[in-house]
Amino acid sequence: MKIHEYQGKELFRQAGVPVLEGIVATTPEEAVAAYEKLGGAIAVVKSQIHAGGRGKGTVRDNPDQKGVVVCKSSDEVKAVAAGLLGKTLVTIQTGPEGKTVNKVFVEAGCDIARELYLGIVLDRASSQPVLMASTEGGVEIEKVAEETPELIFKEHFDPAIGLEGFQVRKLCKKLGITGPAAKAAARFMPAICRFFVDYDCSLTEINPLVITGDDQMIALDAKITFDGNALFRHKNLLELRDLSEEEPSEVRASESGLSYVKLEGNIGCLVNGAGLAMSTMDIIKYHGGQPANFLDVGGGANAAQVTEAFRILLSDPNCKGVLVNIFGGIARCTTIAAALIEASQTVGFTVPLVVRLEGTEVEEGRKMLADSDVDIISATDITDAAKKIVAAVG
Amino acid sequence: MSILVDDNTKVICQGITGNAGTFHSLGCRDYGTKMVGGVTPGKGGQNVEGIPVFDTVEEAVTQTGADATMIFVPPPFTADAILEAVDAGIKVIAAITEGVPVLDMVRVYEKVRASDSVLIGPNCPGLITPGACKIGIMPGYIHNPGKVGVMSRSGTLTYEAVWQTSNLGLGQSTCVGLGGDPIVGTSFIDLLARYQEDPQTEAILMIGEIGGSAEEEAAAFAKANVTKPVAAFIAGRTAPPGKRMGHAGAIISGGKGTAEEKVAALEDAGIVVAPTPADMGDAVVKAIAKS
Repeated sequence: MKIHEYQGKELFRQAGVPVLEGIVATTPEEAVAAYEKLGGAIAVVKSQIHAGGRGKGTVRDNPDQKGVVVCKSSDEVKAVAAGLLGKTLVTIQTGPEGKTVNKVFVEAGCDIARELYLGIVLDRASSQPVLMASTEGGVEIEKVAEETPELIFKEHFDPAIGLEGFQVRKLCKKLGITGPAAKAAARFMPAICRFFVDYDCSLTEINPLVITGDDQMIALDAKITFDGNALFRHKNLLELRDLSEEEPSEVRASESGLSYVKLEGNIGCLVNGAGLAMSTMDIIKYHGGQPANFLDVGGGANAAQVTEAFRILLSDPNCKGVLVNIFGGIARCTTIAAALIEASQTVGFTVPLVVRLEGTEVEEGRKMLADSDVDIISATDITDAAKKIVAAVG
Repeated sequence: MSILVDDNTKVICQGITGNAGTFHSLGCRDYGTKMVGGVTPGKGGQNVEGIPVFDTVEEAVTQTGADATMIFVPPPFTADAILEAVDAGIKVIAAITEGVPVLDMVRVYEKVRASDSVLIGPNCPGLITPGACKIGIMPGYIHNPGKVGVMSRSGTLTYEAVWQTSNLGLGQSTCVGLGGDPIVGTSFIDLLARYQEDPQTEAILMIGEIGGSAEEEAAAFAKANVTKPVAAFIAGRTAPPGKRMGHAGAIISGGKGTAEEKVAALEDAGIVVAPTPADMGDAVVKAIAKS
């Protein structure tokens, strides 16, 4: 689960990670009020969307309007907020369709001496969290990783213990942080590592992390993703979820216990198991088609879930045909066949449907479909199924 | 021979009194697995269709001599259940549960690695030595005793692979579902080493997917240490970057973990890579013919 920058900064503040004063606004008037309340001459107006690259991103119909703007007057704040709110921001991470800006964060300015990068992720290779820091703050870290990986410094840490003092000193040495700023780092870095662990994050990223003219270390950004599997022990985080940032069909699917990802093609896929679902997309493409989605109905799919899955697939106007690929293990082919028959009555199939069943109770399942009046094209194996659906959608 | 489990393996189920635990304990027993007990705290003394239930794993081991367990307890309690099994000296632990918090697994991983136990999963179908011992949720009848060691990060895709090798008359030595999470107890490399030593295993089929670098590491290991023929398949060639494809581990992030990188690494190690999921069985046949 992702949250907005302004929400992340509030959590940072509570965890003792230094951030600047800021106020969230949903109208230009609120933004001006926030600016005046902050009382400073300089404030930064930042669009709040669940994607990075906002500073360099631009509004779709107005390329002059950037997603993050430094303002020096109420009029400027008002104009920028009006230029962002309700508009679509396109950044390197949103894709060409962009994301609608519903909120801006008005944040006090500060005297920036240096910009650094700091991120914490799980390192799968070592099965431990790793703190990554770089002198190359404010730019795309993926680019740094590719072009100058020697400028990214890493320290692994044990979640039960946190970041040790010597690890902070090693990082400061490599980053060229000395004197009072190093003392600030000795507070900041362990605190952010503790934050990562305490909230079961899968990503905590601060880009840029700044050192101010008076040697403070401050999180100027907060990009946080929580481990969805651990939310049961962080119920307070659930209210921070912003469903307007998520693809509606994906939200609907997750509410039904389905795993769904919308894609650009025209062949809807309904499969049990994530690996088989990915492979089904692959083989459709191999035979010249384009999958419209990834959809895993899970191991123990029931009739209600399969029906909902069909509703979601058929509500995509791009979907010109559906491929059902089921290898029954726990999920019995008879259950899937019954659900297919029920879905055909309640949802109605308006596009060609290719079905490949294999596994537990397959003979009975195939017979149920053959005996029903559901109009399906049956397939004998995964290749046959892919070829038939590609041919059917033309 | 086989790896990890055989017809002498004595199995318990942690979480046996839950729906899934009961259903699959009976399924494993029907297959022929020696299901000697189950564990649910507070329900010791009961039995599930003749399988005795104990309060603790320690007690179950003392009473039954169990040396393997399959875990069906809910995600918040899975880490604890794994650690309890390690503490009781269980040799093979299959954690079927899906949805375990990743940081729980960081904690568990270190403890398991420092012990003599082998952890399969979590978020996996389990493991099976066909005709001898099934520990998990896979449909038993698609398997045949034979010569291919099958290891996979996916569930149903493994069934597809097993089905293909059964239909080609190859059969399987032991099939292991490693699990779809970012941190799992056993890696492809751990199993490659075991398959290499196992006389029954004549060829190895590795089924990977996008995300992480487990396949690249396995390719390098196989190149240096494995003399038996190896075939592979990578799921997710068409998956877009930044989107998680169901499994918590299956995501291409920062341009890393793509199928292209993995296929290149595998082919460089002399491994036959199936171009589509329909060709996994054929890839094994080709790998055997090549060696």
